[in-house]
Amino acid sequence: MAGTRMLAIMAGLACAVAIAFALSGYHLFQLTMVVTYAIAILGLNIVTGYNGQISLGHGAFYAIGAYVTAILMSNYDVPYWATLPVSALICAAFGFAFGLPALRLGGLYLALTTFALAVALPQLLKYPALEPWTGGVQGIVISKPEAPLGLRLSGDQWLYLFTLAVGAVMFLLAANLLSGRIGRAIRAVRDNPIAAEAMGVDLALLKTRAFAVSALYTGVAGSLGAIAVQFVAPDSFSVFLSITLFVGLVVGGVASISGAIFGAAFIVFVPNLAEQVSKAAAGAVYGVILIGFLYFIPSGFAGMARRILQRMIPQRPAMLVRTEVGVRENGHA
Amino acid sequence: MIGLLHQILSGLVTGGIYASVALALVMIYQSTHHVNFAQGEMATFSTYIALALIEAGLPYWGAFLATVMISFVMGAVIQIVLMRPMANAPVLSSVGVFIGLLLVFNSITGWIFSYTIKSFPSPFEASRPLLGGFLSPHELGATVVTLAVLVAVYLFFRHTKLGLAMRAAAFNPVSSRLVGIRVGHMLALGWGLAAALGAVAGMMIAPVVFLDPNMMAGILLYAFAGALLGGIDNPAGAVIGGFAVGVIENLGGAYVVGTELKLSLALFTIVAVLVFRPNGLFGRVLVTRV
Repeated sequence: MAGTRMLAIMAGLACAVAIAFALSGYHLFQLTMVVTYAIAILGLNIVTGYNGQISLGHGAFYAIGAYVTAILMSNYDVPYWATLPVSALICAAFGFAFGLPALRLGGLYLALTTFALAVALPQLLKYPALEPWTGGVQGIVISKPEAPLGLRLSGDQWLYLFTLAVGAVMFLLAANLLSGRIGRAIRAVRDNPIAAEAMGVDLALLKTRAFAVSALYTGVAGSLGAIAVQFVAPDSFSVFLSITLFVGLVVGGVASISGAIFGAAFIVFVPNLAEQVSKAAAGAVYGVILIGFLYFIPSGFAGMARRILQRMIPQRPAMLVRTEVGVRENGHA
Repeated sequence: MIGLLHQILSGLVTGGIYASVALALVMIYQSTHHVNFAQGEMATFSTYIALALIEAGLPYWGAFLATVMISFVMGAVIQIVLMRPMANAPVLSSVGVFIGLLLVFNSITGWIFSYTIKSFPSPFEASRPLLGGFLSPHELGATVVTLAVLVAVYLFFRHTKLGLAMRAAAFNPVSSRLVGIRVGHMLALGWGLAAALGAVAGMMIAPVVFLDPNMMAGILLYAFAGALLGGIDNPAGAVIGGFAVGVIENLGGAYVVGTELKLSLALFTIVAVLVFRPNGLFGRVLVTRV
């Protein structure tokens, strides 16, 4: 089973690389954004899906990552790839610091606090004292990276492949983290905090660390997003960014690694389709689909795909486990 | 000194709006342990309905009453259709449904009424300043209306049989059902009342901040801060908290952080309350048996 899964992942990755040479321009940019959002949603998934701490404010970490990259590139002439580790560290630190007070609180209060963070964020970014760095309302324009070493790739192709490579590494690391001892502890905290504590899990420490890792992922996604869009400004990080990530999480599949990819594809492509109807339609479509998924397909696209696969390949019957965040099969994703 | 007094007074005026929305949040929280993230967008939608009615030729107070009633029905219907099946759902699902509602209301508002910023009429037009220039007629009028509504809500819950039944249903649904209270109806009624309260708040603040589809986002944040400050399970506390946050916002904006960071002040209030006094100033301390 592990072999087939590995094979499927390699095949998927090969396809993703091959696409770079089949598409160009805007379509490649969209795919770059899919990978970027997939990393961001994966980050959100670590804290909300696996750890059960609802965050409605992950747009904040996305924004911090984007701004770190933009500031380093425009003010300090740091090459774009070198900004990623810096932004990862800074976002992890922010995540840890924000999680410290917030995670002592139960699910709803954290949702509330992070929602408040998301709403207040553009105002914080516009703060005049930070203007020499952030460029205030104007934002920062950054230049597009070129393919290195005389590779015969267009800028779009190189950016897509670069983002894909970063994404692949980060997905691998996350899968590794979540399937090991720490991943089990993270899930145990969600499913039964008291039992987890009795087993020797330090709840507060684990929750804050999960929050930090989650912020790191979303922050790196923000950096990649800034490089792809070549522009950051306070108003691109409104509360709707956080909500969009949340929608992607639920629609893709809560507590599922592959779900992050489905969710990202959803939030990149569906608004494009919906906006052909009306500018306002994207939000309404998001809202209706979000509610629809929560009622009818709480396990998201990933859960749906898994069920279809299971129907095609007969296996031992799935056991449904009811947890804090929803119904999942066999107790794992 | 006069400047300070002015800041406090106008803080109390906006505080009244926050208090109404905070009370609406607490009413829903008390009965269902849900925090309605869509409360602000629902209120904005109601305010647009009021504007449409006024533009259609209704006198202000006629439109006001009609809007309150429409909002009441809207809230009750949402509770019955959407929230009832969510009663025992995990927190993530209920939060998700509220976020979905927020998105739907926000874009429907933009869709029907367009995203352009509109002015909203005030029924208290006379332009002469009152109380030695401290308050505009609209500020005074809005405060009187909000206070009247808050008092009416208090009297309703305290002195009517229906209010008692609603409190009972929120406090102990199982026992209430045993003594013959239709708990489901009470919840729908509570949602209706909350939506109506939000509508009043929206109509009172719209002449000040102007009407656009995101009008209530900031106000909802202050209302959250107010509700938490007063204790999210205590309606009277939430009202006091709402007024307090109004004053804090104005004083902080004028003397401490500047107007650019006013919203962040709400965020800091929320974090500070949750860290230092998670149950708020007047909330019950909840002890969970494990």
